[in-house]
Amino acid sequence: MKALQVSRSVPKLGMARLASAVSPLAAAKLGPLAYTTVDEPELPGPGWHRVHTRLAGICGSDLSLVEGHASLYFDDVVSFPFVPGHEVVGELDDGTRVILEPVLGHEARGFAPPFEGAAPGDGDDYSHLSTGALEPGIQTGFCCSTGGGWAPTFVAHESQLHRIGDMPDERAVLVEPFAGGIHAALLAAPVVAARQDTTRPAVVAVLGAGTMGLAAIAGLRRYVPDVEIIVGARYPHQQMLAKAYGADVVVGPDGLQRAVRRATGCHLIGDHLSSGAHVTIDAVGTSATVADSLRITRPRGRVVLLGMPAEVTVDLTGLWHRETELKGAYTYGTEHLPDGRTARTFDLAIETATAVEAERLLSATYPLSDHVDAIAHAATAGRRGAVKIAFDMRTGDT
Amino acid sequence: MPRPGFVLDVDRSTPPTLFWHGEGFRLEKLPADRSRVIYAPEPHDAIDDVDGAIRTALLHPIDMDPLPSLLFPGMKLTIAFDDVSLPLPKMRRPDLRQRIIEQVLTMAADAGVDDVHLIAALALHRRMHEFELRHALGDRVYDAFEPRGLLFQHDAEDPDNLAFLGTTDQGEEIEINKRAAESDLLIYVNINLVAMDGGWKSTAVGLASYRSLRHHHNPTTMEASHSFMDQHASELHKSTWRMGKVMRDHGPKVFQIETTLNTDTFPQPFEFLAKREWEWNAKDRALYLASAKALAKAPPRTARKIFHGIEAPHQMTSIQCGEVEAVHKVTTQNVYDQQLVEVEGQTDILMLGIPYICPYNVNSIMNPILVMCTGLGYFFNLYRGKPLVREGGVVILTHPTTNEFHPVHHPSYIDFFEEVLADTTDPHVMSQKWEQQYAEDDWYRHLYRTTNAYHGVHPFYMWYWGSHGMKHVGKVIIVGGDAATVRKLGFTPASTMNDALEIASDTVGRHPTITHMKTPPLMIADVK
Repeated sequence: MKALQVSRSVPKLGMARLASAVSPLAAAKLGPLAYTTVDEPELPGPGWHRVHTRLAGICGSDLSLVEGHASLYFDDVVSFPFVPGHEVVGELDDGTRVILEPVLGHEARGFAPPFEGAAPGDGDDYSHLSTGALEPGIQTGFCCSTGGGWAPTFVAHESQLHRIGDMPDERAVLVEPFAGGIHAALLAAPVVAARQDTTRPAVVAVLGAGTMGLAAIAGLRRYVPDVEIIVGARYPHQQMLAKAYGADVVVGPDGLQRAVRRATGCHLIGDHLSSGAHVTIDAVGTSATVADSLRITRPRGRVVLLGMPAEVTVDLTGLWHRETELKGAYTYGTEHLPDGRTARTFDLAIETATAVEAERLLSATYPLSDHVDAIAHAATAGRRGAVKIAFDMRTGDT
Repeated sequence: MPRPGFVLDVDRSTPPTLFWHGEGFRLEKLPADRSRVIYAPEPHDAIDDVDGAIRTALLHPIDMDPLPSLLFPGMKLTIAFDDVSLPLPKMRRPDLRQRIIEQVLTMAADAGVDDVHLIAALALHRRMHEFELRHALGDRVYDAFEPRGLLFQHDAEDPDNLAFLGTTDQGEEIEINKRAAESDLLIYVNINLVAMDGGWKSTAVGLASYRSLRHHHNPTTMEASHSFMDQHASELHKSTWRMGKVMRDHGPKVFQIETTLNTDTFPQPFEFLAKREWEWNAKDRALYLASAKALAKAPPRTARKIFHGIEAPHQMTSIQCGEVEAVHKVTTQNVYDQQLVEVEGQTDILMLGIPYICPYNVNSIMNPILVMCTGLGYFFNLYRGKPLVREGGVVILTHPTTNEFHPVHHPSYIDFFEEVLADTTDPHVMSQKWEQQYAEDDWYRHLYRTTNAYHGVHPFYMWYWGSHGMKHVGKVIIVGGDAATVRKLGFTPASTMNDALEIASDTVGRHPTITHMKTPPLMIADVK
């Protein structure tokens, strides 16, 4: 079958990295991603299904890979060559439509789950990611054994599949990023609940309003009570969507610090707020946004890194002095909600995607063969007025 | 003999008219046979012997005893003076405040007075920089007082140094600087640039706290002031005069010193700015072209530096001292004598070129809030009788109106623009919903008290200044302004004057009457 595949090629990764500084289009052309013929992956064993992709989204982590910016950290937990694509809605051989929860957890690799009912992302020992029945890979879309959503067909373990009834594909393809955003939102909840002054809402700042930022906003509004959500969003359509998804205040990125200051009534001392947001969710993940997050988060507050940061350069003096907590937010799992419930993040994401009609974030779809244009569109989505770009394989025309 | 103001009816032979456009200019050809241009009166003759006139005034005050007879050993003497917002542009050295204060101090020394404080009457304005204080007071006075801790800048947020004097019969509270309130004599040194200045506004506003100022600096009072330049039709002035009565009954003895200036506003090479265009000679045209082109190419910072470096040649035309109201009556008449221009009837469209400066951006940036305030607060109110533009008419301003703020001088303006204007442009709504939050914001208070920032509430006051104008007109258009910024102000952007007239036609029809008030130089339209 014809699919998009990433191979381990140091020269191509280097070329992509260089080319991405010029244009995403060039990076997609010169980089490690190729539109090529690949074998359909074998079913690894019982409990595995063949999934026929309908829509597969392009995520920020996919882009950093294609553009050669992915961290060396992943070297031992991915296996080449692999077919990317982890934001997927597809159908099983019997026609059942499913969403993929892409994390390749314990069960998929033939291990007992860390606790009964655990989600694939749960656990505090990641040894299973590079052992067991599959080649190394943190998720479907980074593992050569399973294939990925940027192909007409891949394989997935039962533990990874969510059957979706009549949910439209365009909404279903957004569930995975929504789960990521909601997970980050729920990481704010303990700090919000533990705050000293409960006479005023807690302030949660969100940097960036791409898909993940918007999902975090929707998650905060839906699952974390008593918060004032302040968002720094660059583009007008992002600002409009942030407002629609429940942000209380939406400003341009340059105005975020002042907006947080106004909301908290604190001072601006040098380039740091004297107090600031209880929690800041960085949905961008660059050196600049991590530094900005530290500047606007109050002492002993929490910065949640939702956007994958890769290598950043940040002065951590402020973090040290203010005892700021830096918290990663990778994927999803089992959540403990402020109202006492326990739920799988994916279930919350399905609920939220339906409530906010997440399909309006899907801006454009492309066939796999137009991957260069698709990648370029996704890489420049914000300034082109778009949010989510996906590959569409429903017509069989790849 | 200086010529009076002049109203030019534009015909086909009229040359293009110069409009102020921030730190630049534009020439606009106005439609013939239905446009007119109002030119300011030429500068009146200045007093030759300024120091002699000051001395004479101090020795022969109105309705008070001569100053030396009010001074005695052991007394507490406070001299308050107008801040950096006056005059505009700043005057050449020596500043009038210096010349007056030096003579007052000499008399005080002769009388054996040794407890003297100087106070810059800032109200909620920013603290002056050292170079600005030195310019206003002169090095001799500054060096004598500042190092000894006797030169103060009024702090309207210092509860330990405010004194409550009472309330007016309408419940307006009067709280002013404690040192001034407890002095045996408070001397106020004023420069009366426009008819709005002076009188009780000097002390009851310049030395007051937010608690006091909010009684007249609010949309209701401002909206009902028709205009600020006509004390008897201004609710703002009526309120301050009521406060003045309380001050007279319960406050310190006030010796008011008021001065007026002529309208000699621009030095070389900018003197063509005060000339009528059809009288421009070859040199004027060359200077216009050279400066317009150079300014257009210069980075904004450079252009700003050039303009704020201007020291005006304006000169004192009168000085009067003594009892506040009696003094101010004479002062106001002198201002009117210099600035009034008779204008027959209102107009459909009023055009105002907004210059680089207003009272609140000296050595700073004319931010969008101040553009609005200068256009609809100050220039719109330069009338006596009726507004120049009819009710429901259109005001067209020319200014670049960029989204640019001075971060040190105007910190709360930035937030006001971002937060308050995003919510409402209605002065009444914002006063109810937002004013208190900004007025009591601890950071703004800290910056006002310790740096050179305007008070947190100040952008609200600037917006309120324009409330009468906003209510009166049907549409406001800004030519040449940044479109997004102009829209955020609630106004309509236009690229060219022709576009603006086309847009205005929706409101005032296809053949409106047009009036361009070409100011500065300052003038007051006496609209019949």
